[in-house]
Amino acid sequence: MLDWKAERGAGEPYPGYDVLAKWRSPSWNDKTREVVAARLKAADEPRFFTREEFETLIAVADRILPQPAPRPPIPVAALLDQKLQDGVMDGYRAASLPRDGEAWRRGLRALDAEARARHDHGFAKIVESDRDDLLRCCEAGELKSPAWDGMPSQTFFKHRLLRDLVLAYYCHPISWSEIGWGGPASPRGYVRLDFNDRDPWEAAEAKPGHEADALRVNRNVR
Amino acid sequence: MSDDPRHAPRARHGRAPDVFRPGGWVSMKEYADHETVDFVIVGTGAGGATLACKLAEYGFSVVALDAGPYFRPLEDFASDESEQTKLYWTDDRIVDGDNPLQLGSNNSGKAVGGSTVHFAMVSLRFRPEWFKARTKLGYGADWPIDWREMWAYYTEVEQALKISGPVNYPWGPPRPRYPYRAHPLNAAARALARGCEALGIGWTETPLATLSAPRGLAHPCVYRGFCVTGCSTNAKQSALVTWIPRALSAGAEIRDLAMVGRIETDANGLAAGVHYHRQSKWHFQKARNVVVAGYAIETPRLLLNSANDKFPDGLANSSGLVGKNLMAQANQAVWGEMDEEVRSYKGPPSLAITEHWNYEDEGKDFFGGYAYMSQGPLPQLWANTQATAHGLWGARLVEEMKRYNHVVGLKIVGEMLPQEHNRVTLADELDQYGLRIPRVTYSWCDNDKRLIDHSIAFMSRALGAIGTKNIWVQEDDTCHLNGTARMGDRPDSSVVNADCRSWDIPNLWICDGSVFPTVGGANPSLTIQAIACRTADRIRTLSRLGEIRLN
Repeated sequence: MLDWKAERGAGEPYPGYDVLAKWRSPSWNDKTREVVAARLKAADEPRFFTREEFETLIAVADRILPQPAPRPPIPVAALLDQKLQDGVMDGYRAASLPRDGEAWRRGLRALDAEARARHDHGFAKIVESDRDDLLRCCEAGELKSPAWDGMPSQTFFKHRLLRDLVLAYYCHPISWSEIGWGGPASPRGYVRLDFNDRDPWEAAEAKPGHEADALRVNRNVR
Repeated sequence: MSDDPRHAPRARHGRAPDVFRPGGWVSMKEYADHETVDFVIVGTGAGGATLACKLAEYGFSVVALDAGPYFRPLEDFASDESEQTKLYWTDDRIVDGDNPLQLGSNNSGKAVGGSTVHFAMVSLRFRPEWFKARTKLGYGADWPIDWREMWAYYTEVEQALKISGPVNYPWGPPRPRYPYRAHPLNAAARALARGCEALGIGWTETPLATLSAPRGLAHPCVYRGFCVTGCSTNAKQSALVTWIPRALSAGAEIRDLAMVGRIETDANGLAAGVHYHRQSKWHFQKARNVVVAGYAIETPRLLLNSANDKFPDGLANSSGLVGKNLMAQANQAVWGEMDEEVRSYKGPPSLAITEHWNYEDEGKDFFGGYAYMSQGPLPQLWANTQATAHGLWGARLVEEMKRYNHVVGLKIVGEMLPQEHNRVTLADELDQYGLRIPRVTYSWCDNDKRLIDHSIAFMSRALGAIGTKNIWVQEDDTCHLNGTARMGDRPDSSVVNADCRSWDIPNLWICDGSVFPTVGGANPSLTIQAIACRTADRIRTLSRLGEIRLN
């Protein structure tokens, strides 16, 4: 079931480390287990977005946060869909942006329209380098299709698109393991706080020439 | 297990949540809406909770309302950044100006206890000269309060919160010993110390409102590092676990999920009570005195939304200053990477501090000061910083994030000057209660920019001096909001007097960071609480003199 973990290692800073191995440890309280369990069950089918918008979103997320094989991908688009469906918002917004959900719908439709105008295909159907070019134009505020309906593409990119996708990716335990973060920590916190100090329930970093040591230690992190 | 405090109020039927026991309750005095109470307080954060506690202990009848839920941290708080955004004020707001503010996380809270439930616990006294910034330092405005009076109130708050701090504080006039010992330094804090020593300036352990030894039912801090997303072990001395339990035992009532939409005034132009929304209905609580403690956005919003025929420009606004002189604090950072593992996610994020540039006036080309502190961002916050402030996305972002455990950073809390065009006004759009939403307008002035440039240059040297690599600057961030209902000596140039009492409506009071005429380069929570303690003492004195409406 977890074969990909055995393969992971080469080039990764925390080979074999899995924050979920601490699920039943004193580092995870009941409330944390409850909210992370709900997150791990994120539905594949969109509830907030239409199927078409959702496909565009997947294609965007894939370029903002490219995911390495062989590990299972973090369902970034599904996590964002769930958040918007649940009405979880930042609340504040630039005067030029509509509320979070409407900004997303309009932004995805506009990116799709821009792709069709340039490449005769929707955003999800164009090649990766063309997607990156379009996203860079979006970031620079150079996209002006009427589909934006007055919303500046630059503001949408920085304050909605980039922010929301990054938060979705780094709310998932797979990303926590990837960066070697300790993860949830309550009621058990930490004892060793100094430079190069790690508690036995923290990830061990692979040092050059000693990757196997880190792998062995990380398999026993609980 | 328990009910969801976000959907139904918990504080009713004569009881309130016991924040120290999962599923527990404590008894609570309750008032009917038609009973006229001495004080109704809007907001239960650093200002409102402190005042509610002190006034109840002085024997006044008090009802304190909060728009947010009443959490029991031990059972309601997850170790999770996403989940804990439930502590933030995320109602609809519009931001504009040259430097639109980011709201929601580090400058607001929607919960009983307000933003102290997720504050970074940094508990600093102001530099004495800041209370006379105009006269002594040549900028901003003078406070109508003397620093020596504040020094005693700071002591009261430090004792009430059992602040942990250093044996000797390196800056300012002598202060008493902190009640609890300082916390140990993590690697991020040691990096700050090394940098200060390399550049020849002082540093110290940060005075923090989190326990370094047991206190009652609360355990010492376990260094889990989730401070700014809410402490799930009750080590953090938030208003929720300090002033509010005291207020309840003294007979105050706390009403959760109660959003105040309008203050009503009577035929004499006095405040008569507040209209509030709770459990899908509007109610009216009668009161002899109304205290607004909603912080620098919601306070002016409520005063402006309460405009009526007698006060067409909003309440307490004859000066025209309600909503004006909003002051954020600069929150720029310098980040880099060390060869050593830092793992700054362990422990409170700001265990070490230097206030050197708050107290040193030589070598500055700007007014005001700044402190800077060590940092410990959790993954979502760090990834968002790398993306939106550093401009990374794609493979560069994912790869950079893998260096997370080597990241070290220094971040300022910097003084910004009061300017009338930085302000809170009402937009035409309505929120879920049918109330006009706030528009928050903010632009930095040249002095703000010079302070920021100075701090960035200095912190870059400090990181460079300790061998940090790949140093980069986070230029656009702010924290803490103050101003918008400033205190002063004259009715035409301030909204309230030194007692936080409205010049226009003598039974209307404002008790939160809105009353600050200037902000200094220090986190405001200790000062807000000290002012609340002073206000309570002044109210007691004035009531004995018969100068307060109590019948």
